[in-house]
Amino acid sequence: MKSKRSITTRKWTDRLVRAFSALAVALAVLTMLWIIGTVIAYGHHALRPSFLINPSRPYGIANGGIANALLGTIAITFGAAAIAVPPALLGGIYLSEYKDNRAITSVLRFSATVMMGMPSVIIGLFVYMLMVVPSGHFSGLAGSVALAIIMYPVIMRSTEDMLGMVPYTLRESALALGMTRTRTTLRIICFAARKGLLTGVLLALARVSGETAPLLFTALFADSWPTNYFGGPTANMPVLITEYATNSPFAEMHQAGWGAALVVMMLVLTINIATRFLFRGQNDGH
Amino acid sequence: MATKISAKNLSFFYGNHQALVDNCLDIEERRVTAVIGPSGCGKSTHLRIYNRIFELYRDQRASGELLIDGVNILDPQIDVLELRRKVGMIFQKPTPFPMSVFENIAYALKLHFKLPRKELQQRVEQALRAASLWDEVKDKLKNSGLALSGGQQQRLCIARAIAVEPEILLMDEPTGAIDPVATLKIEELMLDLKEKYTIVVVTHNMQQAARVSDNTAFFFKGHIIEDGPTARIFTNPKQKKTEEYITGRFG
Repeated sequence: MKSKRSITTRKWTDRLVRAFSALAVALAVLTMLWIIGTVIAYGHHALRPSFLINPSRPYGIANGGIANALLGTIAITFGAAAIAVPPALLGGIYLSEYKDNRAITSVLRFSATVMMGMPSVIIGLFVYMLMVVPSGHFSGLAGSVALAIIMYPVIMRSTEDMLGMVPYTLRESALALGMTRTRTTLRIICFAARKGLLTGVLLALARVSGETAPLLFTALFADSWPTNYFGGPTANMPVLITEYATNSPFAEMHQAGWGAALVVMMLVLTINIATRFLFRGQNDGH
Repeated sequence: MATKISAKNLSFFYGNHQALVDNCLDIEERRVTAVIGPSGCGKSTHLRIYNRIFELYRDQRASGELLIDGVNILDPQIDVLELRRKVGMIFQKPTPFPMSVFENIAYALKLHFKLPRKELQQRVEQALRAASLWDEVKDKLKNSGLALSGGQQQRLCIARAIAVEPEILLMDEPTGAIDPVATLKIEELMLDLKEKYTIVVVTHNMQQAARVSDNTAFFFKGHIIEDGPTARIFTNPKQKKTEEYITGRFG
């Protein structure tokens, strides 16, 4: 047969494709390691106790730290979670459990997907117009609202996916015992998926804790302790990093910026690794 | 023998597709009735009408009458929660709740009864004994129900179902996902349980139907082809289709 392709060529093509795909994956991993390595290399000098304990200080004043920004970020992020998590869980429950109307559900699901793709800078601008302009001041709360808007669809979709993984027979057996629909959902299905639900929330937290653009328009920054969360600019890590890296002529500040970047990176990595371990026990053996 | 359940011209639809056609069947009280037939013939569909579990799905509906103790349970006035207490169901795959062995049963009890702690414990023990599981789990009541073996999980589900004092037990291929030794235990259990409960069991296993049931109904393509005492159905079927199926010529 003349038309037969050479076995050797086919084998080599196969190997080549395989090698390139492996290389592509390696590239992604290498990039990650490179980033982590760079941040550690530049940032580790800054990690002195005073750096973690002291608040930030104005340009040129010695011994500034990041403690206020760290606390501010924690306040803003948890504030965002407090706003977004309860309704996002409920929304996810609706999408997964109450398929009353396919058309409505699919519109809702599509909207959530669109929201997930919304550039965060636009959400920042939106909250700026919504809260900062009318009130006349920046605030940590406005930052929380912006981050909450970003988290909302992420948690809603992850909740829907996690509840979807619980086998239908578990719902049926709960109902077959004479349990109401609500109780089945809240006590049996959500409980069976609890680790997955928590994982979704934590990943969303990790995702927004480094968001910068929305905070530039909302929380902004302050060299003070974040005591004015509701009524004034609130220190936070992402804006501190941005400010120190781009707006300062002082090498000391650049150094502090790298240190802050290292702290944020470690926090996010810790959450990611923690969720991996948490998720291992998902599904309760079903 | 009294009739416990009576299906009268029962039909069932998945959307526009009719899955059951004019099923008529009387089920005797405190007997085991086996429902047999090839895959997709409507056995499970038929069973799932008895506790109206199909209502979980929007596009499924039943027509005709299904009388339990002479009352049509398809009547919208019927309280479905109370119906499901009276009519328990066991599924093919064991479905313990993600909680302890004790809580699996206590939780079901608390749905329907207000019981003092002491009595709750007694009732849990009773249910586990009735499901021949007590001796195996009495030292691990606090362990997760999911940590038990498949056969034990299935008996836990049976214990959970009988804890709430049902009158009827529906079993949808209860041994379909369980090894032969555990299967035998569950079959023995069924023979015990029929002293108190009316049992309807869907099974793919002809030997099982012969071993455990008093009566048998043979389903084919949504129709009940034949029903009657198991001994007669298996030795002297009146319909040719029944004979072909039980002798293994199809299905």
